[in-house]
Amino acid sequence: MHEHDVLVVGAGGAGLRAAIAAHEEGADVAIVTKLHPVRSHTGAAEGGINAALRDGDSWEDHAYDTMKGSDYLGDAPAIETLCQDSPEETIQLERWGMPFSREEDGRVSQRPFGGLSFPRTTYAGAETGHHLLHTLYQQVVKRGIAVYDEWYVSRLAVTEDPDPEKRECHGVVAFDVQTGEVAGFRARNGVVLATGGPGQVYDHTTNAVSCTGDGPAMAYRAGVPMEDMEFIQFHPTTLPSTGVLISEGVRGEGGILYNDKGERFMFEHGYASNSGELASRDVVARAELTEVNEGRGVNDEYVHLDMRHLGEERIIDRLENILHLAGDFEGVDGLVEPMPVKPGQHYAMGGIETDENGETLVSGLYAVGECACVSVHGSNRLGGNALPELIVFGARAGRHAAGTDLGEAIIETGRTEDTEIGEVDTPVAPGAIHTDTDDEAVTDGGDPRGEGASVIPEPVEIVERAVEAENRRIEHLMEKDEGVQQAELREKLQKTMTRNVNVFRTEAGLKQALRDIREVREQYQDVYVADPSRTFNTDLQQTIEMRNLIDTAEAITLGALARDEFRGAHWRQEYQERRDEKWLKHTLLSWNDGTPELWYKPVILEGEEKTYEPKIRSY
Amino acid sequence: MSTQVPQEQEEAEVDAGESRPRSPHQERRLQEKASKREEGQRESEERAREGEETVEIKVFRYDPEVEAKQEPRFDTFHVPFEKGMTVLDAVMYARDHYDSSLTFRHSCRQAICGSDAFFINGRQRLGCQTQIAELDTPVRIEPLPHQEVVKDLVVDMDSFYEQMEAVEPYFQTNELPEGDLEEQRQSRENREKIKMGTRCIWCASCMSSCNIAAGDDQYLGPAPISMAYRFAMDEREGEDMKEHRLRIIEQEHGVWRCQTQFSCTNVCPKDIPITEHIQGLKREAVKKNLKFW
Repeated sequence: MHEHDVLVVGAGGAGLRAAIAAHEEGADVAIVTKLHPVRSHTGAAEGGINAALRDGDSWEDHAYDTMKGSDYLGDAPAIETLCQDSPEETIQLERWGMPFSREEDGRVSQRPFGGLSFPRTTYAGAETGHHLLHTLYQQVVKRGIAVYDEWYVSRLAVTEDPDPEKRECHGVVAFDVQTGEVAGFRARNGVVLATGGPGQVYDHTTNAVSCTGDGPAMAYRAGVPMEDMEFIQFHPTTLPSTGVLISEGVRGEGGILYNDKGERFMFEHGYASNSGELASRDVVARAELTEVNEGRGVNDEYVHLDMRHLGEERIIDRLENILHLAGDFEGVDGLVEPMPVKPGQHYAMGGIETDENGETLVSGLYAVGECACVSVHGSNRLGGNALPELIVFGARAGRHAAGTDLGEAIIETGRTEDTEIGEVDTPVAPGAIHTDTDDEAVTDGGDPRGEGASVIPEPVEIVERAVEAENRRIEHLMEKDEGVQQAELREKLQKTMTRNVNVFRTEAGLKQALRDIREVREQYQDVYVADPSRTFNTDLQQTIEMRNLIDTAEAITLGALARDEFRGAHWRQEYQERRDEKWLKHTLLSWNDGTPELWYKPVILEGEEKTYEPKIRSY
Repeated sequence: MSTQVPQEQEEAEVDAGESRPRSPHQERRLQEKASKREEGQRESEERAREGEETVEIKVFRYDPEVEAKQEPRFDTFHVPFEKGMTVLDAVMYARDHYDSSLTFRHSCRQAICGSDAFFINGRQRLGCQTQIAELDTPVRIEPLPHQEVVKDLVVDMDSFYEQMEAVEPYFQTNELPEGDLEEQRQSRENREKIKMGTRCIWCASCMSSCNIAAGDDQYLGPAPISMAYRFAMDEREGEDMKEHRLRIIEQEHGVWRCQTQFSCTNVCPKDIPITEHIQGLKREAVKKNLKFW
């Protein structure tokens, strides 16, 4: 068994930042990641980091833009923390050598982005994420922080107690991808989940193949609530054939969207008469699909994004990466022709419920980055707000997990006296399916198993028990000789999510998706791993990931079906208006006895000095 | 046409290792699973016969643990062709539809994570960045040469990571401006100078293509030296640090081993002028030595 003070699961921007912060507080930190750190999906981020750095800008303005962009579903304490800490964290990256784009005077450049009232997006060409990821990894190397790379964390080691709020996390179970060895990792102080987004629940996504919602699904099954899962961001500009992202920086620099008739539709069809292409992402994504649906799409599928008028020099200076992407993956030369683009799944606003210190309701368990929901993005994330989230809340969670007192959090996790129990009419019983086989993956943490339940086991024993349980699960999957393979199930799940839980949502579609997810869940009982080898068994790993995709997809769809209003990225055909009187609240899903339970908590609109009043969102 | 094409085994540089003992039950399972794989390959051939437009790929196979795969071989798959299809798309299709034990690293599918560098038709390339339509068929896909093969297309990256870390690939400066929000200034020209070096995605294509690195496992190698260039030329690090960096790359197995063959520069998927960077550091090292005299 491996032992450290703080364990960080995942090595993208949030995980690396958390590890560095914990290390700076004197903790013995280790990073456990299923990839090597430089392979993490943060590297694919293109646009930039919002930070109020310049005269004329302020963190208050950044907070206001973010609250408005969130369609008033963000929590003010989280948003204000993001905007207050972002400048210092961004400059910290610069001091660690990050190669930002530069102004004439040698200071870092900033540019306009959608939904921002000031050009506050700090960037490094159109490859900001790559540079952020590598800069942070360099600092991890410099500090000699332990990295277990290509170790896949597949279970949390959580104490067994019927009440999730009384559970404690003492570590994780992981297997060495290269050898198949299963090992326990004990965390003396805390486990930080930084496992990234769940984009692989969709078949058209900007997300890497590794983005399978592992952290949220594991935490969910250990009793941690999932928050606001229905809010999935669809990026307006992805390449139609692959889902590769074309940065919002293109529109930030002046790129123009045209329909098949050559109309600049954002203005001409009144989708955003003031901001045009620079309206917020949800607005632009809906506008594009409306154009396609009304017969004005190019080849009935996409629209055109044109940057030719910016001139070669400016494009090479600020958007060079975009030329490569359009050329390599779509065969289009952005200097001589417009690029085809359509909306694609891009980001999950929801995730593991945390407070502004990154802590979840299970003590010793933290979550940061896209896998978490500290509620800075509400129902729609502004471009340029994901990277500051990683570094701001990564640093806070790392410090807190290392034992530093960050003060009492304002955001409360778990159930409070404001909790309201929700109900939704589902077409099938969602959640786990109990079979005769001893499926250890049904629920982790709950259900104390008889013997000596009154004696609380030592932390090491908790981890050992989790290792045993995980070994049983893996052996079960490996032993089976026939059944269904995960690739078939993954395709089925991705198809129904893209068809039914996309930019435009209907009640019938959402219900169909829940039926399909249920069917996939039933078939998963019969899943088997065909590769008999324990050496680098990606078949086994993907099969375990598949279970995480099922739970995540179901949470997204359940939340979407329950929320009968139109807010931010969540559009419902039957409900074309935001309904503040009923829905100014967060959706929470708890995994209880193997089935999801729905409940709500109010949004916190009171900031440090002001209260954010919901207004009609226009751009 | 045979389903499995064991050929060119002499090219395979693999260490078979020792296999674990197996129970009769496991043996039976292995056989059953092997026959399922053959079914998948038969299905792939049928598609080809039925006139569907397919592309033939030959993929290197090896697994130290599975008896049938201990002897390195090539498997042939016929994958339905679509315009825009990449090599990564093709091997993913083969894995998901014909043989789930086909193993390779991949993640972002957009040439930034650097994990799917393979030896494709005799050249180091990223699977995700290589269009099938631009290749001669059948397409041969092998693991990166000069690296130890773990399984199928997966190679051991540890020595590459160690060499990368040997050049101290992290920013080091003793002089920071005062005030928490004050940034270090960097001229646009200087950023331009180091820009290409910062684009490295650690895919190891250059290391795999380098004859010198192949014969000298202590040679720092193209990617690490290019990384050293990126820091040594960064004006935000002071002169003392630059000298420290030049000392690292001037060691016995450092820049002077480079014979300017340009193979690293030729295969780099991010178009980094690696050879130029190595030459640049040679020049800097000479200048420094002249100064000492």
